[in-house]
Amino acid sequence: MNTPNTYRAGADDDGHFGIYGGRYVAETLMPLILAVERAWNEARNDPDFWTEFHDLMKHYVGRPSPLYLAKRLTEQLGGAKVYFKRDELNHTGAHKINNTIGQILMAKRMGKTRIIAETGAGQHGVATATVCALFGLPCIVYMGATDVERQSPNVFRMNLLGAEVRPVTSGTGTLKDAMNEALRDWVANVDDTFYIIGTVAGPHPYPTMVRDFQCVIGNELRDQMDEAEGRLPDTLVACLGGGSNAMGLFHPFLDDEGVEIIGVEAGGKGLDTDQHCASLTGGKPGVLHGNRTYLLQTDDGQILDGHSISAGLDYPGIGPEHSWLKDSGRVSYVSVTDAEALDAFQLCTRMEGIIPALEPSHALAHVIKIAGTYPKDHLLVMNLCGRGDKDIFAVAKHLGLDMGQTDQG
Amino acid sequence: MDMSQRTETRITRKFAQLKAAGRGGLGAFITAGDPDFETGLEILMGLADAGADMIEFGIPFSDPMADGPAVQASSLRALKNGMTLKKTLDMVRAFRQRDDETPMVLMGYFNPIYIYGVEAFLVDAKAAGVDGLIMVDLPPEEENELCIPALAAGINFIYLTAPTTDAARLPKVVEKASGFVYFVSITGITGTRSATSADIAPHIERIRKFTDLPIAVGFGIKTPENAADMVKIGDAAVVGSALVQVITDNLDGENRARPGLAAKVHQLVSELAAGVRSVAKRPTKEVV
Ligand SMILES: Cc1ncc(COP(=O)(O)O)c(C=O)c1O
Repeated sequence: MNTPNTYRAGADDDGHFGIYGGRYVAETLMPLILAVERAWNEARNDPDFWTEFHDLMKHYVGRPSPLYLAKRLTEQLGGAKVYFKRDELNHTGAHKINNTIGQILMAKRMGKTRIIAETGAGQHGVATATVCALFGLPCIVYMGATDVERQSPNVFRMNLLGAEVRPVTSGTGTLKDAMNEALRDWVANVDDTFYIIGTVAGPHPYPTMVRDFQCVIGNELRDQMDEAEGRLPDTLVACLGGGSNAMGLFHPFLDDEGVEIIGVEAGGKGLDTDQHCASLTGGKPGVLHGNRTYLLQTDDGQILDGHSISAGLDYPGIGPEHSWLKDSGRVSYVSVTDAEALDAFQLCTRMEGIIPALEPSHALAHVIKIAGTYPKDHLLVMNLCGRGDKDIFAVAKHLGLDMGQTDQG
Repeated sequence: MDMSQRTETRITRKFAQLKAAGRGGLGAFITAGDPDFETGLEILMGLADAGADMIEFGIPFSDPMADGPAVQASSLRALKNGMTLKKTLDMVRAFRQRDDETPMVLMGYFNPIYIYGVEAFLVDAKAAGVDGLIMVDLPPEEENELCIPALAAGINFIYLTAPTTDAARLPKVVEKASGFVYFVSITGITGTRSATSADIAPHIERIRKFTDLPIAVGFGIKTPENAADMVKIGDAAVVGSALVQVITDNLDGENRARPGLAAKVHQLVSELAAGVRSVAKRPTKEVV
């Protein structure tokens, strides 16, 4: 593949990143998808839109999120200086709110009066319910029936915020089915409804739009690192579910050749098993949910359910721009296992006094593997994209099991 | 319209016959291999005799995002019993050994075909006796994927139009359409609400301004009366979820076919066919 002049130009007019992306949706939705695209093209060029966005980022979300040098962890790992971009300190506890604020402003702009969303772990559902409360719009969140059980605290949060959580039992009752169900709702309610997608996936313009909202992460980092160290970071690491926190961190640095960029997928019980959720490192290109991208699937093109200890990484696809960045070689993609993520979760908690979500614990597990291989002046930044309060029950269960058995990890 | 869109297929011949006979057509949708290969084949083999003018054969897919609960469940049943795209084509081939006239349209989502390989698929589908394709998630914006190669291979590519497809967009949608145009009669998923001829009339009128192709109406048609009502305005009515529901209602606790399942499906098809045939349209020849 030829090296492009810039890695930041996509998507093209038809929503493609190389062969990835696109608009693979039913005709009923196409006019609406095109309307979202037109509205987005106007909004992105409207300074007032961004003024409102950044005002909410500052006063409601609490941005900028700090750039924090994890001193004890750095010493322990004995190599690169490890920085955390603290997006877990955002209102609602994850990066998801950056996107939902942006999209609720889009819904408002388009005069839509009803909001739908899909959610896996419940973080995007909570972030959507939050902005719907803020803007006084009714909110319906589709959530796989199994996730409704696994993530009951987040279900209650959404209910408190006034959202209706609809458990999805169709298909396999997981995140992918929640997304199918949200699309089915949208097809039936095209006139008044805006679909707030939770990651950099879906039909064009969603991957681009969500990316541009999440880029607040990487843009802040550029300034913060310049202030802290007077230069660019050397290595960026982030976890990937659909890929939104990673894209937000990576995108502003894609054209800075010297910056090494690594995305970390959920390896579950290992890529040699069928219990993982590593679409890029363990899947192949296909078409689902409006875009072409790497997918977990059978030889017959049927979509498989992923497995991860972290419900937020449990999506069998990945944003199409990541697929393109993988094929072009600009970003490296790796995976870590459930067990490695659990170890990282505990290390971070004990050494830094920060309980991370299980999703960024995957990124941290990779940081733990590589930090020692770099010199001491190497600047490594990991996106700490969510806090772990939501995960303490899941972790307790796993640790409880560990205690009952002799050797784990 | 370019030459490839004029390719004569069993579809174009059938609509010409229907027009000559002065009646609307009945399209019967079932999911290939639902609830299992054998029963699915038995259902398929009897559809035309029961009165279906055209068969829409669903390629099972794990994530049918435009389908309602009945069709979703039928896809999963078929997949669970080992159905694949390859076996779907096997069934078409078996059907063609008996019936070389009834048009056969494969309907589904793009991913299984993409994974099969578009070129190989078109060769195999043509050889098996497939006449047309309806791909729910391939709007004209993605015509390079399958529409253009299918036309080149002599297979009709049938575009869906919806109530949301306005006059500004219609020319783009019908530009490469061939065989017929499918009008999705409701804004929603399959098998949920039903529309009336009064609901669809303005839409059909709008579509006819942009194309001379026949128009089939589908999504939500359940009863013979409903089907009859639809062909007053449309050229054919397509019934899917209601047939799939008959399958669902004739399964045992383990999702296995109860005896007589296929006959019950055929029974509903013949009732629907009677409904459709009860409506006289302006014939160009004596009604047969
Ligand atoms: C804290 C956190 N991180 C990461 C993710 C994964 O999503 P993405 O890859 O889009 O950032 C989620 C999803 O729920 C999440 O809650």
